[in-house]
This record gives sequence, C-alpha cells and structure tokens, in this order.
Amino acid sequence: MSTLITTPNLKNADDIYAMLLAAHEDLSLEGSTALNARLVLLLVNHIGDAGVIEEALEMAKQG
Amino acid sequence: MTTPEHYPYQRHRDQDAARPPHHPVTIVGAGPVGLALALDLAQRGIPTLILDDNTHVSTGSRAICFAKRTLEIADRLGVGEALVEKGVQWNLGKVFSGAQKIYEFNLQTEAGHKNPAFINLQQYHLETELITRLRALQAEGAPVDLRGGHRFATRPEWVNNKLVCVIQTQDGPYAITTDWLIACDGANSPVRHMLHQDFEGRVFEDNFLIADVTMQADFPTERWFWFDPPFNPGQSALLHKQPDGVWRIDLQLGWEIDRKAEQDPDRVRARVAQMLGPDVDFELEWVSIYTFQCRRMRSFRHGHVLFAGDAAHQVSPFGARGANSGLQDADNLGWKLASVVQGDAPEALLDSYTAERVQAADENILNSTRSTDFITPKSEMSRIFRDAVLDLAKEHAFARPFVNSGRLSQPSTYDASPLNTPDALPTGPSQTRPGAPCPDARLTDGYFLDSLEGDFCLLALNTTAPEGTGLTILSPEITDDLRTRYLAEAASALYLIRPDQHIAARWPSATAEHVTQALTRAKGHAL
Repeated sequence: MSTLITTPNLKNADDIYAMLLAAHEDLSLEGSTALNARLVLLLVNHIGDAGVIEEALEMAKQG
Repeated sequence: MTTPEHYPYQRHRDQDAARPPHHPVTIVGAGPVGLALALDLAQRGIPTLILDDNTHVSTGSRAICFAKRTLEIADRLGVGEALVEKGVQWNLGKVFSGAQKIYEFNLQTEAGHKNPAFINLQQYHLETELITRLRALQAEGAPVDLRGGHRFATRPEWVNNKLVCVIQTQDGPYAITTDWLIACDGANSPVRHMLHQDFEGRVFEDNFLIADVTMQADFPTERWFWFDPPFNPGQSALLHKQPDGVWRIDLQLGWEIDRKAEQDPDRVRARVAQMLGPDVDFELEWVSIYTFQCRRMRSFRHGHVLFAGDAAHQVSPFGARGANSGLQDADNLGWKLASVVQGDAPEALLDSYTAERVQAADENILNSTRSTDFITPKSEMSRIFRDAVLDLAKEHAFARPFVNSGRLSQPSTYDASPLNTPDALPTGPSQTRPGAPCPDARLTDGYFLDSLEGDFCLLALNTTAPEGTGLTILSPEITDDLRTRYLAEAASALYLIRPDQHIAARWPSATAEHVTQALTRAKGHAL
C-alpha cells in the first residue's frame, strides 16, 4: 500500500499552479466549485487507493 | 369498489373460553413477513396463530421488487415457482440525467442459479400466494390459524411465565396467552409503541408520489431512473413494470408541498401525462405519497417479544431493501424459534436473531442512506459533487460507479455471528465462508438449494462425511458450479449448513466430534 506523497513531487510546480488558475479564469464561484468537484473526482479515481485518499482528506481538513 | 376479504372475520371458540387459551407462537400482522414466518413455522409443525386487524391483502402495489434470495426463501416455503411465474423478470437498469441516458447496469447474475436476479410483483400478489400456501398447509393439517379482524389491542403482560394478550374484535375483546409474540406489524408497529421501544435513525425530508398506472405501452421491461428529468425538473423519477400491464411511477416532489393537493387524481394524471407523453393512454390504479426514514430498533428481541420486518427496521425504498430484508428476518427467525419451542435449543439462540439481523439492517440502512444522499443531496456541496458525478458519467466510465440510484438488495453474510465456527477451509471460496448464504448451483439433476430440506445438513465434496451425527448428508456429483462455488482451490470440503441455508462451519474434512461441536454452537448452546 502506498502512502500520500507530501514532499515536492512536481518538476514544474509554477507551470502546474498556473494551469490550475487558468482553468478557473472567467468562471463564477459556482462554476469554479463545479470544476473543482469534477477535478477531485477525476484525481480520486486516478489515485485509486482508499488509504491515500483518506490521508489526503485528513491532511486537507487540518489545513 | 369493494375489496374482497381474503381472511374474513370469523368468531373463534377462543372468544368464548372460560380461561385464556394458550398458543405457543403468536404473530401480529399478516403482511409478507408475518405470513412467511407463519409458513416456515407451520412447515415445522409449530402451532402458530396470526392476528391481523384487516381482512384482506394490502391495497396498491407497495413492495414490488423481490430479489433472488427472497425467491430462494420462497422456494423453501413452497411458493417460489408461483411467484416467478406471476412476476415480471428484469435485468437491465437505465439511468438518465436530464433527457440523456448516462449509464446502464445489468443484474444478470452468473449462470447456474434457479432463480432470476429480481422479479417485479405487486405486494398483494405475494401475499395472496402466501395465503394460498397457508390454506394448503391447513388442509394438510398444519396447526396454523390466521384470524382476520382480530386486532392485537393492548400491551402484553408477563404473568406466570406467559404473555397475556388482549385481542379486540367486532364482537368485543378476548384474551389469550402465548409463549412467544412476534411483531410483524409494520413501520408504525403498534406492538413497538405498546412496549415503548426506541426506534432511532434519520428522517429524510422529502416526499415521493407513487402512482400505479395501467397502460398499453411499449416501454421495455427495464428499470428507468431519472435525475432531473424534463418532466420533473430538479427532482428524480422512476419507472418500473409490474405484472398485469401495471407500471410503477415514483416522482420525487420535495419537502415543502401540499400533500393533499398532490394526491388529487387530476393533478397526478397531469404529472403522469407529462412524463409519458401525450400519446399514451393510461389509467390510475393507485396513488400514494410517502416519506421515509432509515432507522432501526436497538434490539429486535425484548424478552419473549420479537420484532421483524419494518416493525424492527426501516429503510428508504431505493434498493428494494425493505420487504426483501423482512423476508430474510422471517427466514432467520423461523428455525430458531421452532428449535426453542421444541426444546432443541436454548432461548439464547434467539439473541443470535438480533445479532445477525441487526448486522443486516445496518448494511441495508447504510446502503439506502447513501442512495438517498445521492438522490436528494442534503447540502449545497453534496449537490455539487452529485452533479459533477452526473456530468462526468455521461462521457466517462470511471464516474458511473459513483452514480447511485439504489444499490439493490443483497443477502447479508453473518461474518460476526456467534453461531459460526471459525473457517477451517481458508482455501475455499470467500462466498461460502461461515455466515454466508449458500449460493445456488446446478447439479447433474436440478438445483442445489432445492436439494436442501430445511434442517441442519452436511454437504460433503470429495470427502466422506462422518457417521453418527444424525444429520442428513448430501454428496452430490461435483458439477462445475459446485466446484467453483464450494471448493475453488480446496481439494475437498465438508460444509455444515443451517436450516436457513446459511453456512455454519466448513472443513477440508471433519470428525463426528468436530461436526457435533459446530452443530452445538450453531444451535446456540455456547451462547
């Protein structure tokens, strides 16, 4: 079973952060929220590991 | 319209007795659960009295989906084949979002089962078949007595090791005594109220309109479920076929509605016409509005009073887990109660009824609560996620398993049951581990479950069952189905099977001592 990666894991963090922002550009808060929900579902399926998802949720809740 | 009386009021000699007559088992409620339990007890020769304040089977379709496990139980009670013949078989479910189909599922189980995955059948047809069977057993001399128009009236009192019960009739009240009282008296269970028992859980703030309509239409025999359909915007809808050209329509209405106005036939007709389109002629047969709860009693046994079916637990209708789980309650309770009444098992065996069926109720409540939360999101964010799933499901297969319009009834495996002997065949299939219901299998002649006789028995595969246990031994020729479902990697297997077809123990092979220990445990002597 794998564990949640919490060390830097992206070669191009700035580019990816910019992609996230660009996807939300011109969206209303409602549209952005819906986009985020779809994104979460896609990524959750990609991860495919309930343990990792649970860890991520716990960490996200702590903020 | 006058309703025919299936079990009309008749004055009984008990009403004129000088002292309250005694009945070993008294069942309150002649619905599917009470009748099934009465049949099981009658087949075991246990004198059984059933009381109902009504004199006829239920009105309106009510429970309509009966699962394979229920049909297997019905086979044991002698009505399974009649139900399948009368019912509508279906395997395909389609889910729509708006006007677009987003997903379909096929319930077609693996081959090698006598019964289909599901049939649709109005509850009144099921009850009628159960009563027909009960009359046949009576004609053969079975000690079962169904009294319509006899209402269980007041809190039962425990006096001199018996329950004293007062029954009300049109000719006035009378008293009986009983050893065991089984409340199968539905969601609003008067017996539960009389005993001031808890019933805890969630109430869902929603209303659903059910309409049974008769029509000649070429909709296929499938379950169609809509999220946010054009004809019922922002809500859900369900269309399902029943026998006799009757279709079940469920329309979600929301919480803030005028229930009376919504049941006005003209208004219902307008709603249904909007759904079916202008060219379909239909007639309304039955209309009802329901709300629902997901909740259960903490324990289904209170001394000599036991609760079964909706009286003990309630779920939302999504998943057909109400009547199906109630019939499984009856299946679980019948042999245990018979063993206790016959002095073959201690009263503690009845505590395992609560242990096993509470686990099942919790599974059903969990599943139906999740379906309800998907169908009727409770918060803005849960609606956002739900809508995201429905959006993605149109194009992407990965999202479809999240779509939840009801997870259809499956029997429970009693993994934590105190009646189980720990698994001694770890290389055997998981689906036949101790606690599981026996899966059906094709034999060289007929089906495996039909070969079980309703008592404890041994199934021996590639091994010789020990002598001297007093149990019936089945050693059928090993077919592919038996090999896959009962052996898998194991070279041989010996199964101890309970009267309700659940597995109590299994070994590669066993001595008479092993079997006797497991049997003792399964009859509750170790509790």
